[in-house]
Amino acid sequence: MTTLLIFVAQLLLPVAAAPLLTGFVRKIKARLLGRRGPPLLQPYRDLARLLRKEPILADNASWLFRGAPYGAFAAIWLAMTAIPTVATTTSPGLGLDLIAIAGLLGLARILIALAGMDVGTSFGGIGASREMTIGALAEPALFVAIIALAIIANSTALPDMSRAMSEGVGLRVSLALALGAIVMVAIAETGRIPVDNPATHLELTMVHEAMVLEYSGRHLAMIELGAMLKLVLYLSLIASIFAPWGLAHGGGAGDLGAALGLWLTKLAAGGFVLAVFETAIAKMRVFRYPEFLGAALLFGILGVVFLYISQHLK
Amino acid sequence: MTDLAFDVAHLLGALVLTLSFALLYQRRLTTAINVVAMQAATLAAAAAWQAVTRDSPHLFATAAIALIFKAAAVPLLLHWLIRRLNISGTVEPVFGVTLTMGLGVGITGLAILLVLPITAGETLLLREDLAFALAVTLIGPLLMIARRNAVIQVVGFMSMENGLILAAVGVKGMPLVVEASVAFSVMIATFIFGVFFFHIRERFDSLDVSRLEEMQGERHG
Repeated sequence: MTTLLIFVAQLLLPVAAAPLLTGFVRKIKARLLGRRGPPLLQPYRDLARLLRKEPILADNASWLFRGAPYGAFAAIWLAMTAIPTVATTTSPGLGLDLIAIAGLLGLARILIALAGMDVGTSFGGIGASREMTIGALAEPALFVAIIALAIIANSTALPDMSRAMSEGVGLRVSLALALGAIVMVAIAETGRIPVDNPATHLELTMVHEAMVLEYSGRHLAMIELGAMLKLVLYLSLIASIFAPWGLAHGGGAGDLGAALGLWLTKLAAGGFVLAVFETAIAKMRVFRYPEFLGAALLFGILGVVFLYISQHLK
Repeated sequence: MTDLAFDVAHLLGALVLTLSFALLYQRRLTTAINVVAMQAATLAAAAAWQAVTRDSPHLFATAAIALIFKAAAVPLLLHWLIRRLNISGTVEPVFGVTLTMGLGVGITGLAILLVLPITAGETLLLREDLAFALAVTLIGPLLMIARRNAVIQVVGFMSMENGLILAAVGVKGMPLVVEASVAFSVMIATFIFGVFFFHIRERFDSLDVSRLEEMQGERHG
């Protein structure tokens, strides 16, 4: 019974918290720029407004265009259930590990990219092409980082990793390198500033916004909520591996409450760091993405090499 | 050796190598100088840690030399030169950053494959330190090849020297006089480079060392 409750909570909480996190990041960014910023709950209102509105479809839009937002959102949501946010008991019976999470996120990306090209506008095409370039560069980096973590934790399942990390694995430079790689991949995948600017509709630089330009109404609401959930997903992923303190291992109510509070604190801390980082730096040229993500891949490879040396020789 | 002692030594050694890669990635001149200063500081920390855990106080001298000369004096001098010569901030690489970093990873793999078999039977820390040191020593010249800017040549040279000291820190019984003379020669080399900057700047109005080829007279090919 408790297991089921925890599962339902871990299923619903991230979706409920996702718009709040986005609102929080926007608020902090606005404050840092000396503006007042929209209220914290504005993303909820935006989503509600989009849901009320009638979706406008292009004449030549196919079933793929209509189905992709739901498919992409479902894939991201399913990936989210595999991440221990409150307790280390997740998704009973599903057995989703980090590799499955990467696969589900890839599925979501492909659906949105296909939908971007479906209507045949040039903006959708250019956005989809850039998105797939970023994906093709980010995924190897993510996988190498996963390998490094799996060597340390002896498992690719996140609950096991969290448990292994909270038991202490010593001081490892490989962990720092894997963290660097995952953070860089997360920035690229969630479309944050050095790679994509989430707040722009300036034609030449946008990636995600270009792909979803044709969407409106409830379809757009699903895509926006999916993007917000993806941010929660990556922050929770990083927190559950690199800051697994306070995760409840059993089912005690006190533990769970503390873990919930800690999770929200970690999300807020991550959102704050993200906002400061985004305010401090400028967007990168499109042609420099391969360097940025190449560096992430390199961090991952170095991490694996260092691990190989220290573990192989011991 | 306790686990903690090994972990910290591993961390510092790997950090020195990682900073070498940061140098390869870096396009800005001033940041590259800061990174190499950071590398020297990390090296000093590694030497000091060895001095504590192995109870060999002469390594403190190594750490002090690295910290004073390479983490402070030479970088300050280079910063001063950049301000004085009004050098522009970014350096375009000869070939792509991604390719350079790929070569760097290849060199690291090569260094590990080379060092581990020939040091079989030694202590774990020594083997690891030597592998990292060889990689850092080889990445220095790679950086010098991959950039045409004269200031980066000095940075690559200093990074190479950091690798040599890292090797010296790991090996037992490296006489202090060797380290001192290496540090001294780097200092001298930096001064020579400084004079050299002024001269090629005066003559070519640029710090691009490929201009020096004009001085070779007849060019082949």
